[in-house]
Amino acid sequence: MWVDSDRAPVLKSVAAQFKKDVGVTVNLVVKDNSKIVPDFITQVPTGKGPDAIICAHDRLGTLVKNGVVAPLELGDTTDQYQDIAIKAFTYQDKIYGVPYSTENLALIRNTKLAPSAVTSWDAMIAAGRKSGAKYPVLVGMDSVQAASPYNLYPFQASFNAPVFKIGADGAYDGTTLGMGDAAGASFATWLAAQQKAKTLNINISNDIAKTSFVSGQSPFFISGPWNLADIKAKNIPYAIEAIPAAGPQAATPFVGVQGFAMSSKSKNTVATQKLIVEYIGNADIQYKLFEAGQRPPANKEAFEKAKSDKDVAAYGAVGAKGVPMPAVPAMDSVWTDWGNAEAAILSGKSADPAAAWQKMVTGLQAKIK
Amino acid sequence: MTKEEFTPPAQREERVHRAQVRFSGGAWSWVIKIVLLGGFDALMVLGLLAAVAKASWVIVAVIAIGTLAVNLIYLPPNRELPGKYLAPGVAFMLIFSVSVMLYTVYVGFTNYGDGHNGSKADAVLAIQQNNQARVPDSATYKAAVATKNGGGDELWLIVVDPKTGQARAGNNDTPLQDASGVTTSSLGAITGADGYTVLDFAAVSARSSEVSKLAVPLSDKGADGFLHTTTGSQAYVYRSTMTYDEKADTFTDTAGTVYRDSGQGSFVSSEGRTIQPGWKVNVGFSNFTAAITNSQVRGPFLKVLVWTFVFAIGSVVSCFALGLILALIFNDSRLRGRRWFRLVMILPYAFPATMMTMVWSGLFNQDFGFINQVLLGGLQVPWLNDGTWAKVAILVVNLWLGFPYQFLVATGALQSLPDDVNEAAEVDGASGWSAFWYIKFPLLMVSLAPLLISTFAFNFNNFNLIYMLTRGGPRFTDTSLDVGSTDILISMVYKVAFGDQGRQYGLGSAFAILIFIIVGVISWIGFRQTRALEDIN
Repeated sequence: MWVDSDRAPVLKSVAAQFKKDVGVTVNLVVKDNSKIVPDFITQVPTGKGPDAIICAHDRLGTLVKNGVVAPLELGDTTDQYQDIAIKAFTYQDKIYGVPYSTENLALIRNTKLAPSAVTSWDAMIAAGRKSGAKYPVLVGMDSVQAASPYNLYPFQASFNAPVFKIGADGAYDGTTLGMGDAAGASFATWLAAQQKAKTLNINISNDIAKTSFVSGQSPFFISGPWNLADIKAKNIPYAIEAIPAAGPQAATPFVGVQGFAMSSKSKNTVATQKLIVEYIGNADIQYKLFEAGQRPPANKEAFEKAKSDKDVAAYGAVGAKGVPMPAVPAMDSVWTDWGNAEAAILSGKSADPAAAWQKMVTGLQAKIK
Repeated sequence: MTKEEFTPPAQREERVHRAQVRFSGGAWSWVIKIVLLGGFDALMVLGLLAAVAKASWVIVAVIAIGTLAVNLIYLPPNRELPGKYLAPGVAFMLIFSVSVMLYTVYVGFTNYGDGHNGSKADAVLAIQQNNQARVPDSATYKAAVATKNGGGDELWLIVVDPKTGQARAGNNDTPLQDASGVTTSSLGAITGADGYTVLDFAAVSARSSEVSKLAVPLSDKGADGFLHTTTGSQAYVYRSTMTYDEKADTFTDTAGTVYRDSGQGSFVSSEGRTIQPGWKVNVGFSNFTAAITNSQVRGPFLKVLVWTFVFAIGSVVSCFALGLILALIFNDSRLRGRRWFRLVMILPYAFPATMMTMVWSGLFNQDFGFINQVLLGGLQVPWLNDGTWAKVAILVVNLWLGFPYQFLVATGALQSLPDDVNEAAEVDGASGWSAFWYIKFPLLMVSLAPLLISTFAFNFNNFNLIYMLTRGGPRFTDTSLDVGSTDILISMVYKVAFGDQGRQYGLGSAFAILIFIIVGVISWIGFRQTRALEDIN
């Protein structure tokens, strides 16, 4: 089994327990997180890949497209996980992974600079300006002149412009984009207005955003739990809240789910399934994994237990209302085109943002068909 | 001219013979040679057996011929002397260079990439796996994997019907039939049944692949579905939504649509719908023709090709010009403290280029970068956000990274020019500029021109700089490929083959071959030209 270095210590104890119970030795290989999925795709066809890997659910579509993961049967344990986690690991009606943690964006508010919570984008900007800080709000962009569609998505969602149309069954329809039309146009117009008002800045990278927030240059920061350690280290008083909506609907962030998937060419399918379904799915082990990684557990029981940590509870509450990041393989090409259109608008290069946006959507639609 | 070169052939042969006896005799050298060769041969035989076991006949042939060649070269003493020295080098070149190139060429003719990742057998298996679904809301059966007493080694599945409590058993060919005498453990797990031997978990685990193929029909009718276990202790009712007909090599879904092997590495229905995953097949020249005929690929490919030349030539010319000018200045003995200046000049050469490129990327930030903020007094130059400015930024950074090398080699070449060249020029009345341009410069070019060609080839493939500074962006808006204004061919290949937009190893390899041809041709022409310079000497 391939795992990353953060999770390895906990999984080592799981493996030891597994060996004791059923007599099968689990060989854990620690790999660089970003290498796991690409290497898995190239090695499984040669028959040399591992039986299982740890991976993020948004790579699922690519894994299935390459035929390297096998569907799992969670049986009746499906109910033990949060709905969104199961939904995330469901691809074309089949569950391909045992989820263990979720992560998503939320609004981090500097309670000293902005003493009261805000409910809308405009209120947030007003509060931000009133605080006298350098930036009314911080939204990090990806480095090297690309916007961050991931960080901007909650606002886009508040204009009712999801990336893919959501079917009746609540799953994404990976062939039809949902961000075009009037809803998308109003988001594009809004983005252009933010560029003019200098509330969003394409040149603020994720690093610059974090550094500015921890040095008290803004009361608001759209960020995931990964920046909390730095914020705590600088003793910034903070509260984690829902992201204020910019459009008529709620601002729902993407939820990323981490889990374990099994190789389609595994020679130990029985033991592998037992390990990941029965052991890693177990509430106690999910809680231990939470202690190691500080992300809200996917197992409901473990999540309740982890709620004693108020940051986890807050992030979990925001995430419960979010939507899973789309896992369709087409998503890979969507990200870049999408980010580029946003970057063009945010750098003031688009004379007609709504038209530029629609052009991006039409182009993408042709590509993913 | 020494005397020895005129030694008559007969005498010469005799001397060679004496030398051979002196240097290659000795029992010890024989023993060592036999032991080393024996060890090598043993290893090769091991490899040969492994290759035969896997039926990889190409590998078998390569190992056999290679081993034979090595023995023929090294075993007989006093023969094949040049071969003895050349063999290791040639072997490593074949293994690490030629084989990689051959593999790249092979991949360039396939559709290898996302969605066409493995063999056809793998794809068929994955499609079957992905298209058997548990019947919604169906019950969980308690189950055990067993062998039938007297029934050989074949696996059977024993289940307890959750509705009736009746024990049943069946295997791949036998639909469920009633069984009796089922015993259970305190936890409710099935531990035995009349006429069957239940396997424990370790045994089940050891026969995983057979267990995963165990599909017990509920009845004679296939539409009722089948029982399948994933853990050996629980079973569920599944139905296939896609059935594979091995003879016809087709898949048929529940609606009756037939999917046929399209010859392009996937199963496609008559309406053009494709089942994923596909598999790897040979696609001939289509990757190469895509670079020329596919409008999505051609436009960006040509733009990138032009910019690659502009970048490579621009970098060579600018770095060489600056390096040469500085070398001339600091070579002047009237300049004081020039040793220190020289030391400062080569500093950029001493920092790791990758790190420095990332630092430059920060310096060029439109709002926060040092260049706009401090050097240009708050001017808003969109260094990395605009195609043209990004190209300028790239050339500036590469000038900074590249001139110290040119400075070094130019200084070296200048210092190796004999002083009498200068004196001769002065005597002839040439001075200053014309002395440099007509006399020194051509002499310098004799030694520097080959270095400039290698600098060109290096910059032609200067992936680090492009990827670290701009990632090729800002992106072109008129193509679906993830390619931008500052991409050079090699970074384009990387993005096509390993990028975020789905990986296409086949197309990437085809581009790589085109680059190889381009760089090869240019280097060849360049070296032919430098021969003309050599005539000056």
